[in-house]
Amino acid sequence: MWDYSDKVKEHFFNPKNAGAVVDANATGEVGSISCGDALRLTLKVDDDSEIILEAGFQTFGCGSAIASSSVLTEIIKGMTLDEALKVTNQDIADQLEGLPPEKMHCSVMGREALQAAIANYRGEEWKDDHEEGALICKCFAIDAVMIEEMVWANKLRTVEDVTNFTKAGGGCAACHEDIEAILEKVLTEKGEKFDPNAAPIEQPAKVTAIKTPLTNLQRIKKIEQVLESLRPSLMADGGDVELVEVIGNTAYVNMTGACNGCQMAAMTIAGIQQRLMEVMGEFIKVVPATEMSKLVSIEAVS
Amino acid sequence: MTDIYLDNNATTRVDPAVVDVMIPYFLEQYGNPSSIHKFADGVARGLKHARQQVQALIGCEHDSEIIFTSCGTESNSTAILSAIKAQPNKKEIITTTVEHPAILSLCDYLEKEGYTIHRMPVDKAGRLNLNAYKSLLSDQVAIASVMWANNETGTIFPVAEMAAMANAAGVMFHTDAVQAVGKIPMLLQDTKIDMLSLSGHKLHAPKGIGVLYLRRGTRYRPLLRGGHQERGRRAGTENSASIVGLGKACELALEYIEYENTKVKAMRDRLERGITEQIPHCFVTGDLNNRLPNTTDIAFEYIEGESILMLLNKAGIAASSGSACTSGSLEPSHVMRAMDIPYTAAHGTIRFSFSRYNSMAEVDKVLKVMPGIVATLRKLSPYWDGNGPVVDPEKAFAPAYA
Ligand SMILES: Cc1ncc(COP(=O)(O)O)c(C=O)c1O
Ligand code: FES
Repeated sequence: MWDYSDKVKEHFFNPKNAGAVVDANATGEVGSISCGDALRLTLKVDDDSEIILEAGFQTFGCGSAIASSSVLTEIIKGMTLDEALKVTNQDIADQLEGLPPEKMHCSVMGREALQAAIANYRGEEWKDDHEEGALICKCFAIDAVMIEEMVWANKLRTVEDVTNFTKAGGGCAACHEDIEAILEKVLTEKGEKFDPNAAPIEQPAKVTAIKTPLTNLQRIKKIEQVLESLRPSLMADGGDVELVEVIGNTAYVNMTGACNGCQMAAMTIAGIQQRLMEVMGEFIKVVPATEMSKLVSIEAVS
Repeated sequence: MTDIYLDNNATTRVDPAVVDVMIPYFLEQYGNPSSIHKFADGVARGLKHARQQVQALIGCEHDSEIIFTSCGTESNSTAILSAIKAQPNKKEIITTTVEHPAILSLCDYLEKEGYTIHRMPVDKAGRLNLNAYKSLLSDQVAIASVMWANNETGTIFPVAEMAAMANAAGVMFHTDAVQAVGKIPMLLQDTKIDMLSLSGHKLHAPKGIGVLYLRRGTRYRPLLRGGHQERGRRAGTENSASIVGLGKACELALEYIEYENTKVKAMRDRLERGITEQIPHCFVTGDLNNRLPNTTDIAFEYIEGESILMLLNKAGIAASSGSACTSGSLEPSHVMRAMDIPYTAAHGTIRFSFSRYNSMAEVDKVLKVMPGIVATLRKLSPYWDGNGPVVDPEKAFAPAYA
């Protein structure tokens, strides 16, 4: 079975705010096609302050769907609607001390139910803005729809391209066969042919490996360039990266937004490091900037 | 009371008597059966004995028709790939929509390679239409592969009859009997089945040992080429300890086959009756008149399988579910979909599968906790209202699907 955190189990076995709120004035009903789960969220909102006084859920779904619903109601009670709209699915997952990649969509469903309920209160129509497909890359929780869209939008041609743009395939490599199948499908639709040996598409930061050793200034500039090229795919996940310092061959970075503290942060850093090494043709170590203070303090005492 | 294991279709406990016969093959008779010294002396004899024990259980004519493999999946792959390699001109394969992924994924793959795959549908009770099957048999078909018993519902297909039909049309016939062997009696020599897969870990032998039965005279191409083991039909040094263990397990299965079909069946029936009588809005899936004696698959409407399993697990009861969530796949089990089980029920299916190690006392314990578990989850369900489903559930709750 899934390796659920204690927090998930706690919320599953003793769900909070189960059932419909009696005199609710906001209702959101959403379902996730990807596993058949569905959730109805009911809220009682104070009309003057727009504060959520009560929240209740009814869920048809698995352990993590029920736990996500329960924790969502706990998070939003007492918030104003505007505050509640800022709750991300990562917040829900974090409150649960993490979810398995296959189950992240349960937290997405929670956020969508919340948006739908708020839209319902405000008399707006809620439209779902993202479509979900089969989970392809378990290392980075990337689904088929995301990969397909990226392949279309950026004219990707190889598995390496897909990894550069979406991270999918950058870990254990078990999903490469499935990524190839997607490439084959999309390229055929575009009237092209999939060639596994095609050269990766040109990326702005892609430079041929440099033979002469880099000066520190050159190195910093190159690193900046590479990070710039990776930024779109990080931002697609609601995160970002910032270069803080370069000491020798070590680059210190700050992961911000959804990437900060997310389960994938370590993976993401490893991916950035690999990309840097490929482009720069030399060994580069990427370390979270939080490590830098430790380094400095060690140096200070010794 | 200790935990209750009702997931025997997933895998079984190794019988202690099986473990006993295996130990010497790790510690004393560990020689390579091909070697000529006393560490290998008894191994060849042990393997031969095991082959005969398997032969006795499946009732085939010759012990040389038994090829030891590493698992049911390998046996299935070997059978299908052998058939298409041996008959390169035949580009069609017949199978069913409810096979195990060990067959279906391979067929999906072969489809990409240009093969035409006929996946026969089933009706709401999980049954095949033999007339439709007959019309598919032709000289273009390399192999028909049909499971003997379904792993989720236990539904038994008429494979002997289907093998005879295939034979009459000159088509090779394979059956994935991984769930059937040891649970129902069989006599292969009286059938036209050309190939059959079985797997040790479903009948109280260890994991990682399987058999491909290959009728003498069936055209064959090995999957693994190399040494002369298994007469060159499956190269690789024999897994002697597991083979001997599987032999013993087959001997025991034959001894217990009547027990399986009386006592084990009685436990299954009692659980099934108890649940369907006590709990509203649940039903048994599959072909109720044609099932393995140890399996029941029950759909609990308006709730989801993984949550049921988690609560069962908390109560010390192990079972499994066809819900999408337990497998991490997109859809509820392909078997439930093939039977057209409505989606609010398909996600809530629970399979209880028994073995000779279970007892009536365990059945009673499950019957005691099950109604509470279902009620707890229904209280959370948007499709449920107080004592019954909401009126017109599909309309009353119609979420926007993303
Ligand atoms: C019908 C069926 N076929 C094949 C298999 C695969 O067997 P194995 O696990 O030995 O590869 C299973 C077991 O999961 C099964 O139930
Ligand atoms: S599953 Fe995609 S890299 Fe591991």
